[in-house]
Amino acid sequence: MRRTQVQATINGEPVDFLCEPRQSLLEVLREELDLTGAKEGCNNGNCGACSVMLNGRVVNSCCVLGVEIEGADLTTIEGIGHADALHPLQQAFLEEAALQCGICTPGFIISAKALLDKEPHPDEHRVRWWLANNLCRCTGYDKIVRAVLKAADQMEEVKPV
Amino acid sequence: MTTVDRPSYKVIGTRPIRPDGVEKVTGKAQYGADIRPPGLVYGRVVRSPHAHARILEIDTSEAEAIPGVLAVVTSKDFPIAADKIEELGESAVNLRELSENILAHDKTLYHGHAVAAVAATSSQIAEEAAKRVKVTYEVLPPVLDVRDAMRDDAPLLNENRRTKSMDGSLSEKPSNIASIVQFKGGDVDAAFAAADHVLEREYDTTMVHQGYIEPHNSTANWNSDGTLTIWTSTQGAFVVRAQVAQVLKLPVARVRVIPLEIGGGFGGKIPIYLDPVAAMLSKKSGKPVQITMNRTEVFQASGPTSGSHIKVKAGVKDGKLTAVQASLNYEAGAYPGSAVGAGCMCMISPYNVENFDITGYDVVVNKPKTAAYRAPGAPAASFAIESLLDELVKQTGLDPLQFRLDNSSRENTSMVTGVPFPRIGAEETVRAAIDSPHYKSPIEGPNRGRGVASGFWFNAGLQSSVVVSVNPDGTINLVEGSTDIGGTRASLTMQLAETLGVGYDDIHATVVDTDSVGHNDVTGGSRTTFASGLAVHEAGLDIQRQMIQRASALLNVPEDGLEYVDAAVRAKNDSSKRISFKEIAAKSGQTGGPIVGKASLSARGVGAAFATHIADVEVDPGTGKITVLRYTAVQDVGTAIHPSYVEGQIQGGVAQGVGWAINEEYYYDEQGHLLNSSYLDYRMPTTLDLPMIETVLVEVPNPGHPYGVRGVGEVPIVPPLAAIANAVADATGHRFTALPLSPRRVVEELYGL
Repeated sequence: MRRTQVQATINGEPVDFLCEPRQSLLEVLREELDLTGAKEGCNNGNCGACSVMLNGRVVNSCCVLGVEIEGADLTTIEGIGHADALHPLQQAFLEEAALQCGICTPGFIISAKALLDKEPHPDEHRVRWWLANNLCRCTGYDKIVRAVLKAADQMEEVKPV
Repeated sequence: MTTVDRPSYKVIGTRPIRPDGVEKVTGKAQYGADIRPPGLVYGRVVRSPHAHARILEIDTSEAEAIPGVLAVVTSKDFPIAADKIEELGESAVNLRELSENILAHDKTLYHGHAVAAVAATSSQIAEEAAKRVKVTYEVLPPVLDVRDAMRDDAPLLNENRRTKSMDGSLSEKPSNIASIVQFKGGDVDAAFAAADHVLEREYDTTMVHQGYIEPHNSTANWNSDGTLTIWTSTQGAFVVRAQVAQVLKLPVARVRVIPLEIGGGFGGKIPIYLDPVAAMLSKKSGKPVQITMNRTEVFQASGPTSGSHIKVKAGVKDGKLTAVQASLNYEAGAYPGSAVGAGCMCMISPYNVENFDITGYDVVVNKPKTAAYRAPGAPAASFAIESLLDELVKQTGLDPLQFRLDNSSRENTSMVTGVPFPRIGAEETVRAAIDSPHYKSPIEGPNRGRGVASGFWFNAGLQSSVVVSVNPDGTINLVEGSTDIGGTRASLTMQLAETLGVGYDDIHATVVDTDSVGHNDVTGGSRTTFASGLAVHEAGLDIQRQMIQRASALLNVPEDGLEYVDAAVRAKNDSSKRISFKEIAAKSGQTGGPIVGKASLSARGVGAAFATHIADVEVDPGTGKITVLRYTAVQDVGTAIHPSYVEGQIQGGVAQGVGWAINEEYYYDEQGHLLNSSYLDYRMPTTLDLPMIETVLVEVPNPGHPYGVRGVGEVPIVPPLAAIANAVADATGHRFTALPLSPRRVVEELYGL
């Protein structure tokens, strides 16, 4: 099948790539761009393991076509933080033991970041409401919710006056 | 946290950050589907649309003609496997049946049963080609329910199958009942006759799935020298290697399995499904082949746990549980091997019952072959007995937890196998539940209720092997072969740090491939922190001995005059003569070469796990929706090495148990088609379905482990089914005996619809 050229900004960098029109954004990220942090759990928008931020909104990358991100600004888990400069959410997930197997973790961190970008002071119910699109089978969600609330507190503390 | 006679530790009981954590929160960790060997091509499995059918013909010509298709395989490409039992740790498998389950031979036995596979240059072409493999079937009547399958006139899955009794004898007639187990003690008839209260009920559960978020995957390369390399997410690289070697008839040493990070397993990633298929496609195509299941395939064709029908009768005299009689019928799926035996053995383990008669039936049905699922066999059995006891105790007017305390198993109480318990924490969990803020709080308001339940799981020991290398700078490499699903690199590192008196950060733990360490059984049976922990401790003692040898030369003191204390070796009677771990390490090149500790063992001294849970629920009388208001899980954890991950295991087990109780089920039509093979329709709990899950860690150290470790991962899924059902009974006044307590069932039963 003929491949289409697509230009987008991914994790702050201009990127152009070729993909088949039938390839999902998730397939493009994983198979064409070597960004394997977004995971395939269900490939139909039910589990949230492939969550990415498209122009600031959380989307399931399995439900978006690669060609649809032409001109868009995309953030994946690889753009959230790195080992020497973790995002407060990543640090809180580590400290609160908010992951066991870790396969759902990138999706949760993306969704939680989108929440905190929009609402810096969510309460427990608001966190649960926002993260209900992400499935975790290991933790029972308790420590994930606590980690997000902790990160929100810490981001508040370090904010310049 | 309640602590019983526990020594104080430096590292154990702290909450360090797990070694693999940063890679996982940054999306860098490599899971099975993330691996991309050069030249990779993609495989796809062709699956049966019928629950029960004879395969008349498979025509692969049209698929093979598609440009980009590199290979097609069917069962005819594989060696013929003979009947032989292969032990997998928590379960066992018949190799002929394993081979038939991987690719059907002459019959398909469930919707989704694999019949062929293709490899192509892209996943899209592979999917197209899989649709063009033409299979001609003779459709046969399916049997889907365990009770239907046990009837004399039921359609037979295998005309040659005879029922095997405990004495090894076989039935005269063919049957879907593969085997019968029985455990008897005392005289149940006399005990029932003498009892004040006797109650008998029947309970039903459906098949449910482990639900791990990462689908099964395998990447295989048949190398030019005839060796085979497999990259996969598995609970046990060594049992993958053993099964693949048997199915493909290869010497074990020619198969190398490289375990990648694993996205959940819960028992379901012990059997193999894709590995031999990817291997054979690689052999035929000359390329590395990757196959990943999609979510529908995971539900249809990996191993859920059994649906069950359980009949149980219990008698109470003067507040004592005097007799239990039960028959447990478990769906094995398409091939024998349900966990009904474990269900029978776990059912009454929390209680000291003198008279019992428990029989289990392992029954094949036209549904996927079941696999282990967290405390396999125990939750359904526990749902039955704990629901029955709740009802029975209400008749006696006793408090349900006081009744459990009065009847609790203790050290030397015999299990149904006749084996006495060592020191256990069963009654301590009940006491802690009675004393918990949750149980002391009132439950008020309309349509609200509270339920309690206890549960038991054996835990496993099995084989572990580790290698510990001390580096010249004093850091340590811990090489292990136990899959880390939820923090065991941390829990093993912590035990080694404790043994050697070094810092947690001085040790780097790695899970390696099957060429690089001795055999390790699966990460299952809650065994890794216990059994690989034992191995780590032994390897640490080996290092201590070698450190003393090296120090003897360096300090000029005989070995028997030295002792290893706090990461140093010192003279027993002269504290000025002392040399640190780091100094000895730095001089290892001059004192005899690298310092390497090893341990290989079959772990003994397994400590059983007990739990008691309390659930508060509210039932919406209009919609039938159940809301869990509050949940407390009390568990004897032996010693909590890393308390956060112990709590996490408990919370995760509770969440799965709550899902099992309220929403999850395998839903088939009459022809045996699975109708809810997506996460949308197979309704697992989300963040909004659960409250915070309160944990109470009771620490009754296991005398069989130097740090008192008991397995903790499995027992938390045992009590929730009954705890929720008992709470719903308390809220509604109606006793539900079938799961799940979905809104539809609740409304239908409450209003007799």
